[in-house]
Amino acid sequence: MSFQVVRPPVGVAPLLKAEGVSLEYGATRATHDVSFDVYRGDRFVLLGPSGCGKSSLLKAAAGFIKPSAGRISIDGKTVEGPGPDRIVVFQEFDQLPPWKTVKENVMFPLLMTKRLNKREAAERAMHWIAKVGLGGFENAHPHTLSGGMKQRVAIARALAMQPEVLLMDEPFAALDALTRRNMQEELGRLWEELRFTLLFVTHSIEEALVVGNRILLLSPHPGQVRAELNSHQFGLHSAGSEEFQAAAQRIHGLLFGTAPSRDASAGPAATAASLLDRHRIGAPATPSPDRGDAPPASAADRDRSATL
Amino acid sequence: MSLVLDPPIRQEYEYVTKPAALRPADAAPPLAQRAWRQAWVRKTVILLVLAVVWELVARWQNNDLLLPGFLQTAQAFADGIINGELLDRVRISLAVLLQGYVAGIIAAFVLTALAASTRIGRDLLETLTSMFNPLPAIALLPLALLWFGLGKGSLIFVIVHAVLWPLALGAYAGFQSVPETLRMAGRNYGLSGLRLVLHILVPAALPSILSGLKIGWAFAWRTLIAAELVFGTTAGQGGLGWYIFQNRNELYTDKVFAGLAAVILIGLLVENVVFRPLETLTIRRWGMQR
Repeated sequence: MSFQVVRPPVGVAPLLKAEGVSLEYGATRATHDVSFDVYRGDRFVLLGPSGCGKSSLLKAAAGFIKPSAGRISIDGKTVEGPGPDRIVVFQEFDQLPPWKTVKENVMFPLLMTKRLNKREAAERAMHWIAKVGLGGFENAHPHTLSGGMKQRVAIARALAMQPEVLLMDEPFAALDALTRRNMQEELGRLWEELRFTLLFVTHSIEEALVVGNRILLLSPHPGQVRAELNSHQFGLHSAGSEEFQAAAQRIHGLLFGTAPSRDASAGPAATAASLLDRHRIGAPATPSPDRGDAPPASAADRDRSATL
Repeated sequence: MSLVLDPPIRQEYEYVTKPAALRPADAAPPLAQRAWRQAWVRKTVILLVLAVVWELVARWQNNDLLLPGFLQTAQAFADGIINGELLDRVRISLAVLLQGYVAGIIAAFVLTALAASTRIGRDLLETLTSMFNPLPAIALLPLALLWFGLGKGSLIFVIVHAVLWPLALGAYAGFQSVPETLRMAGRNYGLSGLRLVLHILVPAALPSILSGLKIGWAFAWRTLIAAELVFGTTAGQGGLGWYIFQNRNELYTDKVFAGLAAVILIGLLVENVVFRPLETLTIRRWGMQR
């Protein structure tokens, strides 16, 4: 087990770029000087405890909040406001207009942005409804669906728009544990097939490891980058494995300073975690160890990443 | 022996689940019980009971001038319908009412749309509604008469006043209670301004808008009848209020009651033929109201 210095291949530019983004609500600072790059095909996860401004960052990427400092850009163009190239899937179920059936809900953004006419939109809606496994429910109204089904409709609606980036704000947080696992699996399956670019916000370490290929760890009050980690090697099948446990331990340690106490029987994982802990980049005392000694936008610093 | 109560350790089991068999439908309950489940049957029974009580009280009073009975009123009502006088009056009243009502709705929509999309519009709406909503429409009648003269203009003016403020207030309250997520979803697709209002806010606030429309309708009716009672006819064309007023002067109390019954019946009709189906088709189907 060793660290490698990994650089993205030359000539590949990030799709979504956040540069020194600070977000403020009145006098309170939600995030401070956050930078990250999302490449095409990434499943990029913003992970942190509540109050770290991860949802605010996502809303800023969506264009609902203007950064008080720094900028967010897509393909080099600064984000000025909400737009259909970045479709958001929210946590709340009331993101679906209740007066529209499932099919009308999926058609709605296609028609509103005048991308397709009614017939084409209906065709595409049916395609995506089938894709998320809701075939047969296209004429149901949202209030007759379960929470998981509503989120599927929201995902179908977002994917039907074929956005540059799919933004998901804790989309499975309001679901029960079994449904959540199911949805994580399906999201993975959809991504395998379509390779869309995903920016995903969660407060669950396990979900971050399962869903993402790269994780931005944020510390709270105000949100600052604590680490940027790879998690492409994990999937739902590896959720019980030792490496997975070790990675979860490591993230927990990064976020809360200490690893949670474990009894002796968890020996190997604990050792792995502490081993990893020692291998952490930079000094643990600074709030932002992998950034602390370098200017925020330093390319060398950015490119440094740890692989397990 | 330990004082801690340990539950016993038991055998584990695994079963194969069978699809649930359909339960045979219950035998249909007796007709009376089924009928009682229908809201309109229960409401009709209430109306019949009220009519019987009314008739009994009238018989006991035995004074046609003060309180004609249900049957006598029904007779006068039927006469009024047959000779066309009552229908004529209703037609005149409804024509004025509808004009005022529609004008009020349009004005309310413009005001709330402005309020939903601009800050100054919001301030305007809040100031205007808090000023004018408590002001009884009928209190504006003398002024209206001065401005628009004795006629339809004055009536429509007071009706618009009666409809506009409660409807604007209701619709605006509805707009404000639209979930933030839904707004953001709309803005996400590039909707803003009037398009956001039409495609997101209006349907999402429909429960409040419908109840505002109902309240507006009731206020409009009251105002119209009251206004007609005050100055009555316009060029010999009086509405229902005038019909009531005239017949009271001539002490045809049964016809007064027939006029009042017409007002009530139209109210019931509009509620059950217009608003109820509208609710069933929209907000109930969408699960926004039970």
